[in-house]
Amino acid sequence: MSSVPISQWPSEYKYSAPVAGDTEMVNVTIDGVEVQAPRGELLIKVAQDYGTYIPRFCYHERMKPVGMCRMCLVEVEGMRGLQISCATPVVEGMVVTTQSPDVKEAQDGVLEFLLINHPLDCPVCDRGGECPLQDQTLAFGPGESRFVEEKRHFEKPIPISDLVLLDRERCIQCGRCTRFAAEVAGDPLIDFGGRGSSTEVITYPGAPFSSYFSGNVVQICPVGALTARSYRFKARPWDLSAVETSCQSCSVGCRGVLDSASNRLVRFLGVDSEPVNHGWLCDKGRYGYEWVHAKDRLNIPLVARGGGLVPESWPQALELATSVIRDVFDKHGAKAIGVLGGAQGTNEDAYAWARLAKGVIGTDNVDAQLGDGLPAEVVIGMERATIADLDSARAIVLLGPDLKEELPVLYLRVRRAAVDLGVPLVDIGASNTGLTPYAQAVLRHLPGDPEAVTEKLAAALAGQPTRPDELRPLLEAIDKRALIQKEGPVVVVLGRSSVAEAADATVRAAAILAQAGISAKFLSALPTANVHGALDLGLAPGFLPGRVTLAAGRDELAKTWARVPEEQGLGAAKILANAAGGEIKLLVLLNCDPIADFPDGQLAKDALKNVEHVISLNSFTNESMRHADVVFPITVWGEQRGSISNIEGRVARLGRKITPDGSTMEPWRIATELAARLGHEMDLESFTEVQDEIAQVAPAFVGVDSKLISWARDGAVLPVADHAAEITLALSSLDQNKRSAGVSWEPIPTSGEDTPGNGAVPPAVISPPRPAQALYSWAKQAPERTAALADSYSLRLVASRTLYGNDLITTQSPSLARLATVTAQLRVNERERDRLGVADGEVVRVISSRSSIELPLVVDPSVPERVALVAINRDAPGASDLVDINESVTDLRIETLSKPVIKES
Amino acid sequence: MAIEETRIVTKFLRDRPQDSWEYAVAREHNQAYSALEAALKRDPNELIEEVKTSGLRGRGGAGFSTGQKWSFLPAGVFPRYLAINADEGEPSTFKDHMLIEGDPHQLIEGTIISAFAIGAHHAFIYIRGEFALGTERLEAAVAEAYKNGYLGKDILGSGFDLELIVHQGAGCYIAGDETGLLSSLEGERAMPRIKPPFPAVQGLFAAPTVVNNVETISNIPHIVRKGGEWYASMGVNKSTGTRIFSVSGMVERPGNYEIELGMSFRDLIEGLAGGVRGGRPMQFFIPGGASAPWLLPEHLDEPLDMDRASELRTMLGSGSIMAFDDTVDPLLVSWRLARFFAHESCGKCTPCREGSSWIEKVLYRMTNGLGRPDDLDLLLDFGSNIVPGLNAPFAQTTICALGPSTMSHVVSLDRCFGAEIRARLQKDFDKRRSLEVTPA
Repeated sequence: MSSVPISQWPSEYKYSAPVAGDTEMVNVTIDGVEVQAPRGELLIKVAQDYGTYIPRFCYHERMKPVGMCRMCLVEVEGMRGLQISCATPVVEGMVVTTQSPDVKEAQDGVLEFLLINHPLDCPVCDRGGECPLQDQTLAFGPGESRFVEEKRHFEKPIPISDLVLLDRERCIQCGRCTRFAAEVAGDPLIDFGGRGSSTEVITYPGAPFSSYFSGNVVQICPVGALTARSYRFKARPWDLSAVETSCQSCSVGCRGVLDSASNRLVRFLGVDSEPVNHGWLCDKGRYGYEWVHAKDRLNIPLVARGGGLVPESWPQALELATSVIRDVFDKHGAKAIGVLGGAQGTNEDAYAWARLAKGVIGTDNVDAQLGDGLPAEVVIGMERATIADLDSARAIVLLGPDLKEELPVLYLRVRRAAVDLGVPLVDIGASNTGLTPYAQAVLRHLPGDPEAVTEKLAAALAGQPTRPDELRPLLEAIDKRALIQKEGPVVVVLGRSSVAEAADATVRAAAILAQAGISAKFLSALPTANVHGALDLGLAPGFLPGRVTLAAGRDELAKTWARVPEEQGLGAAKILANAAGGEIKLLVLLNCDPIADFPDGQLAKDALKNVEHVISLNSFTNESMRHADVVFPITVWGEQRGSISNIEGRVARLGRKITPDGSTMEPWRIATELAARLGHEMDLESFTEVQDEIAQVAPAFVGVDSKLISWARDGAVLPVADHAAEITLALSSLDQNKRSAGVSWEPIPTSGEDTPGNGAVPPAVISPPRPAQALYSWAKQAPERTAALADSYSLRLVASRTLYGNDLITTQSPSLARLATVTAQLRVNERERDRLGVADGEVVRVISSRSSIELPLVVDPSVPERVALVAINRDAPGASDLVDINESVTDLRIETLSKPVIKES
Repeated sequence: MAIEETRIVTKFLRDRPQDSWEYAVAREHNQAYSALEAALKRDPNELIEEVKTSGLRGRGGAGFSTGQKWSFLPAGVFPRYLAINADEGEPSTFKDHMLIEGDPHQLIEGTIISAFAIGAHHAFIYIRGEFALGTERLEAAVAEAYKNGYLGKDILGSGFDLELIVHQGAGCYIAGDETGLLSSLEGERAMPRIKPPFPAVQGLFAAPTVVNNVETISNIPHIVRKGGEWYASMGVNKSTGTRIFSVSGMVERPGNYEIELGMSFRDLIEGLAGGVRGGRPMQFFIPGGASAPWLLPEHLDEPLDMDRASELRTMLGSGSIMAFDDTVDPLLVSWRLARFFAHESCGKCTPCREGSSWIEKVLYRMTNGLGRPDDLDLLLDFGSNIVPGLNAPFAQTTICALGPSTMSHVVSLDRCFGAEIRARLQKDFDKRRSLEVTPA
């Protein structure tokens, strides 16, 4: 126990006040009104659900009660003195008074105490105007202060991380931030120091609050003690206008509210969406809005002229693009055209481009995934889990990337399931991840070879006798879990832990679990923002919008589309290979940069060098568009309405908050413009028309029309026939400018009774055709090659993402840019470093079958032996120089540049 | 009848032939661990009943029945823990200090018997960080106990296992609160926790836990040896047995006195401690540690009885008595106590965190001639937001009893010297105003 930080202790070792209610309902009388609530539920919550707001500062619905602020005192009949309602569970027959003279006096007293040391610098405080301390003082507090002494003084503000500043004078010591850091984020880097009225929030010496989730403490702070560097003094709350939207920095799709002032985005706050993000955001999502205003944004079309790209008008640029497409089509046929990307846009963009490529031009060489994903038939065909399934799972199996780095808010959810709900966790992978400390079983394997350990796990989970040692804690945890959660699925979080190896082995491992008879469900961990929407809407070879194959959907689609491709086209790797080889003459790049993003950088470079024509849609210039014929500037997140699909296949709406600078266009509109010029009118005039057409023609989207998307508060999981009961409609969501009541710091109360009954929720809709269980066919495939390392000097490469790299969001957002790491490093453990005889940080030569580059070597104790880690979102030279997309794994040889240091014995 | 001590837990450390706490001496002259030998042959439930019969009440301050506390542990839930509160931090209390340094084996024996009775296999002694010598001796004594087979696996062949860990605090008054102690023991900041859940249900590491005071536990071997009936035969009403009182302040012979409960304050202060120094008249005394409301000389003939103290709207608390003669300024005493509580408030609950230092600031100006006429009423008014009703036994808006402690001396000021203080504040105020220069 002693070596494990307290924050990582399993829940049974941690003190916890009662939080969860059981199913038995009890009668409680609150201010004379009798209400029903689950026994054990906290009084403050019960009162709130029935419309009685009890003032509070420290209580937060997503954290355990701590009873510090003493603001929520109420009178409970039969109990001596006043009780804190945030820690009082309801029992049968409880009679509560929330507004008696005694209660009022106590509330008045607590506020007087809170204000004696509060600086009252409200005119220059970011919180002023939306401050719970202000609001509650107005409603419950004294009108004057009797404190005549000097207030407490601290230096103000002090940075506690690169993103967050702390004003200790304003702090009211509610402990929300410290509890968030320890309980929710698992990064206990802030705590209280000092005693009495000198109590202050502190960081530990030499260790800033460098959590990926630090921005959440700013949002939940009930005063202006914690402020965000990005927002300080930017606006007054009453000057903001807000819209609810989904975050697009990764594919979790956290719900949030985007604020702007004077047509500039200034803030993004999390919204408490029970099925998705519980109100939390990662710092990249929270502060990543800044890139929208980057000064290098493209805001006018560019065309190739005189050896460079020069500005051009939209009509001319569209004409030029049309003639390029027509020219290639006429000379070489549709198969000479390849479309890459589209995983960053909206569902409407994905559909319109799928329709343009497949239904107008007729090419099936379309792929939204740039070699960093899973086969489309697997993602579309697997038994999908929702995020909420993690809470009720029998066990969670991690078979994919480091969620903390790639899908941070999903990491919080899995961590919560493991730590607070006691869901057993299995970590399968080649190296340690952020969730490894919480796992009951850690199954390490050589990169590219997860099958053997997975087979062992599947057998154990299926109840077959197994070697007890390493899986015993897991099986014990599952037995214990079975006492409260007998049924529940085994949720497998499935993704790519490394792009240096083919996806096949991971898919085969997943297939083993799918067939083990353990009711496995799969939660996709593909990180690109809207990759799931792109796949669902046909931006994958062999698929049409609505999760149907070409064969299954052809007849239906042909009623709306001019044509449907005859045979399955190529995936990204083959498209690039054919472009390099000259068979593909035109590449359309939908908001993507293959040279930077494709794992095999050499292949991408060859392809873009050799291909005759390139049409690129993007918001920034990049290396891949150097030889483009036409570059279209596009609108981005915050400037465009529409919808996205997250990892669960949940379709949720995106809001528009600002009008873009310059003349940019939504990608879907560019598709309709090109289609019209190619002689095919799509007849789509607005994003709602695109949504309605999707609901019409795409089987999996039946019922998900523009009306449902705008009304469903947490979005709708596909297919809605299976998930209709989970849809909550919200009246307020229609009014895009209306601020939801609790956004600033309270979660929105959940009650689903305001269904308008106008048919927005579809009745029993027809079930869409399900693709055959794609995973089953994978299991039968034999491994292609033995996974052993070539020789004892080789290291095997793991190439994965980190949260802050050279990506646009990080580098173009001033707040995040200071956190960006852009140069690649070779990370190995100490023993491998010693074998090479080099110093930490020394540059070494890294040789793969592809090429040889020089990288600094850094010791990382979390990397196992025989493995080398290189992050992929780094500037060249880096991982993409080493990977050969045709190889199933990437083995490296390391050579020292200096003379090796020989230790004398 | 001569006024004298009734020595039970202090007998050995007072009367032993050689001044040594060590095992060999304690074994030879005090039958150390003989009660343990007997206890291990008995049924644990029988031991709990024995303690219930004795009427032993917690000696830490709250005075809760020890046997009852033990029987609150939920049946069948293991592991469970025993934590001994040796974080004696109440100003003017120094009895546990003496017991730890003077007779550590008695404490260890009591701990083992108690752990056996409640079924705990891990016990912790949380010792105040400032007790350097006590820690040194206790650790040495624990090592001796291990060596002689009283701790560890299969104690004295009974099949009962117990690990005893001595844990040093880091100098913090609030670690003496039951739940604050548990937080500190877990490695966190010593802050009290909200109850429920009570420690008996979810205590240390969320397991059922009993927390007992050093003096309480030191009584256990004697109760086991001589029986609960014997213990209950001493004392008065529901305050059975003996109790150590630390008498300090302006008395001739300050020190620890173990007496049978029911003795009068006068006998203790004047009889045993020699009365007020230099024969001066007593002005007031604090009967139960810094947190207890004050009493006046007219109360000297009241008995030392926990329930009677409640009727007098004070408490015997941690068992210490501070006497003050007529040379003392009660305001200065009050300010000094306020300063202590403001310094030790852990910062968790708003009323105590902010209120304790506000009280200190107001008392400071009152003490130094800068008070305003209504300052005492101001204190009582905002203080009633920490202690609604201002009457002992105190109600509180805070989690632990430190909140009401910050107000108890202010309440006493008003109760004992209210009129004088108000007159003094008015006088100070008038004097200041007369000195004000009016512009010509």
